[in-house]
Amino acid sequence: MSAQMRRLMWPLLVLAGLLAANLAVTPGFFEISVKDGRLYGSLVDILHFGTPLLLISLGMTLVIALRGIDLSVGAVVAVSAALACEMIAAADHPGSPATVAAAVATALGASALLGLWNGFLVAVLRIQPIVATLILMIAGRGVAQLITGGQITTVRSEPYRRIAAGDVAAVPVTLVVAAATVLLMWLLVRRTALGLLIEAIGGNAEAGRLAGIRATGMTVAAYTFCGVCAGLAGVVISANTGSADGNNAGLWIELDAILAVVIGGTLLSGGRFSIAGTVLGAVIVQSLSTTVYTMGVPPESALVFKAVVVFLVCLLQSPRFRAQVAAPFGRGRPPRPAPTGPGLAPSEEDAVRPTATGADEPGRQEVPR
Amino acid sequence: METTAEPAVHMSGIVKDFPGVRALDGAGLRLDPGEVHALLGENGAGKSTLIKVLTGVHPPDGGRISIGGRPADIAGPLDAERNGIATVYQEVNLCPNLSVAENILLGREPRGRFGISPRRMNRRAAELATGLELDLDVTRALGDYPIAVQQLVSILRAIDLDARVLVLDEPTSSLDRDEVRILFDLVERLRSRGVAILFVTHFLDQVYELCQRMTVLRNGRLVGEFATAELDQRALIGHMLGEQAGELDRVEERAHREAPPPGTEPLLRARGLGRSGGIAPYDLDIAPGRIVGLAGLLGSGRTEAARLLFGADRPDTGGVHVDGRPVPLRTPRAAIAAGLAYCSEDRKAEGLVADLSIADNLLLAMQAARGWMRPLPAKTRSELVERYIRALRIRPAAPDTPAGSLSGGNQQKVLLGRWLIMQPRLLILDEPTRGIDVGAKAEVQRLVAAQAQEGTAVLFISSELEEVLRLSHRVVVLRDRRVVNALDNEGDLDMDRVLAEIAEGGAQ
Repeated sequence: MSAQMRRLMWPLLVLAGLLAANLAVTPGFFEISVKDGRLYGSLVDILHFGTPLLLISLGMTLVIALRGIDLSVGAVVAVSAALACEMIAAADHPGSPATVAAAVATALGASALLGLWNGFLVAVLRIQPIVATLILMIAGRGVAQLITGGQITTVRSEPYRRIAAGDVAAVPVTLVVAAATVLLMWLLVRRTALGLLIEAIGGNAEAGRLAGIRATGMTVAAYTFCGVCAGLAGVVISANTGSADGNNAGLWIELDAILAVVIGGTLLSGGRFSIAGTVLGAVIVQSLSTTVYTMGVPPESALVFKAVVVFLVCLLQSPRFRAQVAAPFGRGRPPRPAPTGPGLAPSEEDAVRPTATGADEPGRQEVPR
Repeated sequence: METTAEPAVHMSGIVKDFPGVRALDGAGLRLDPGEVHALLGENGAGKSTLIKVLTGVHPPDGGRISIGGRPADIAGPLDAERNGIATVYQEVNLCPNLSVAENILLGREPRGRFGISPRRMNRRAAELATGLELDLDVTRALGDYPIAVQQLVSILRAIDLDARVLVLDEPTSSLDRDEVRILFDLVERLRSRGVAILFVTHFLDQVYELCQRMTVLRNGRLVGEFATAELDQRALIGHMLGEQAGELDRVEERAHREAPPPGTEPLLRARGLGRSGGIAPYDLDIAPGRIVGLAGLLGSGRTEAARLLFGADRPDTGGVHVDGRPVPLRTPRAAIAAGLAYCSEDRKAEGLVADLSIADNLLLAMQAARGWMRPLPAKTRSELVERYIRALRIRPAAPDTPAGSLSGGNQQKVLLGRWLIMQPRLLILDEPTRGIDVGAKAEVQRLVAAQAQEGTAVLFISSELEEVLRLSHRVVVLRDRRVVNALDNEGDLDMDRVLAEIAEGGAQ
């Protein structure tokens, strides 16, 4: 437990910093009130608008833990939103709960199929994840535009609107959806052995195979789960705006999601993952977007501002950077880079340098093959 | 042997420590100009480490190095190059997408008025190639040429550096016979120009063909330096594997000899099991409670034979019966279900998941067998983990410690523990004592003997022949990727007999 807390410390500090900065600029930033039977306040807004990102980041966490990546989530958002909105718009009774339920179910089902497709490409056909999901990243947008006929489909359906704007006992439905998904995922991976097996395969695929883990099914399942999460995000996003935009719904959200997962402490090289870390990461990324507005950063500088903060977060998370910064204050000097470390030596050395793998381990020197 | 006054390289008393293990402990080497010198030793003997000390990859923790008679302090790979030492590694590390000329002259491209001059570069590379009678189109992409030619190109690159010492680390392991011929011709031409060549290989026939002298290492120590003409293969293997009684504690004396007699119905029966490029079809029987050892040199097919039994690689021919029932060898999963367990020789790459804890690593196989929907109850978990950490004396004993931070010996014990928890009926151990310290070695041996006494069948693979003889009831000898003989061991099997089989067995 303490080890996990230590890993979460940096993202927590970053979040605290962001919130403190907001509080300094906007004194009422932490205020939460109930208006018309619904919670209001900047913090609630962050969670409310951050729900789609959070959902996608959760799915992305499992994929990244398996040493993969899913670039297609933004496109899946668009497909899911387009499907749901088209179905509702075309229905005889757009306002009936049954129509909305059918539309949401269809959208989620289609998203699951898209995720399954990604998983099939990666786990069965062994295509590199970044390439495999790039296919759907491009194709998905096209499919979404075909579904909406190239238009922005708007829907007027009270039950559908409520998915985003409704509330349950004063708590916005989006927050309930987010919390339920987190809980469900936690039960699924941490109360079963799924999480352990995923971490084992992501950390060392061959060791996992020799220990008897069936990696293929698990990988397909992870991509499918990621697809469903993206589909759910698509529903929330389109319910929020009451429209489906094949071009712009969920645009670039895959990058924010990857960022959130990484800030949360899950390495892109796979292995151990943290659901709590991902939740924190998603909240941080969303807070950042909110901060841009509350601080009144001019729109033309918003992206640069965001980039600078992200850069600082990444620096904080780099053990090497921390060691360098801490060095003048500590007793020792920063650790000297290992002579065989990849990318550290001058380039002309490369052709005569041994491969870095196994160079330091005497037991692993002379294995043929 | 045309010896000049000063050796090209002289290393003596070299010590190199890695966390938890001393890789080199008084290793040395003397390399004369104009000779091809073999560096020999089994897995973990320290060959690669010694080379890496010479080429500046690892700074030594003790000992002296002199180059051309002058003491040298090699600070890094670049410094080694400046000292005239060039290295060609087993895996070609050039850029297949660049041209041959670009590869040869990478980082030293001849420059003209407008930067790099491709014309002069190609001319220089072509000169180098023709100088060694190689017929190469230097403008073609390196990747268009077979691996052997790529090896030659990496040697050309070394020659352009005007190397006086050329280190060839297992250059022939991926080459076919004709390609080896081309490589040897080139080496011979370089030798006649006075270059000192250090040749690391595990193909002994090639050593006798090419080398004048050889240095043998074992367990990080210098065993001796021999003239090829004065030491036959049989004696050489003896030096490599260690004929004298080991330094280890004696495993409880021969208790395991009371194991069931050879007549017992075998637990495992393999017939005609083989895989092309891996191991020729072989037969194997192992009865419960018996330890069968696989003996042979590195590259003789020991690991390949074991991996087929476990389904880690798919066999082309033959099949396996456990308890008389056929086992489909498609995946390790099927083998595990049949009661087999396999500890890989490569703990890091194929055994442990470094960033998972000791506890998670211990329980991984059991959890995989139960399936993800049936997690081990927390109580069972902690009981099992605690019991095996204690029984195997894993240090540190904290179950949450990441496995990657353990010493080699403790990593090996965690891996062993993972399979002992499964209570396997056949335990396949591939080099379980490699790279671990002497104390841990004795403990692992004791565990293996104890396991067999409880009725587990064991297949034991080790480069240390002494260890194989001490533990095994039966020794299967491999040579050149074939099983050549199987010898019963009633505690009286003679090391000489096994060595003779390893050196000459199955030779037609």
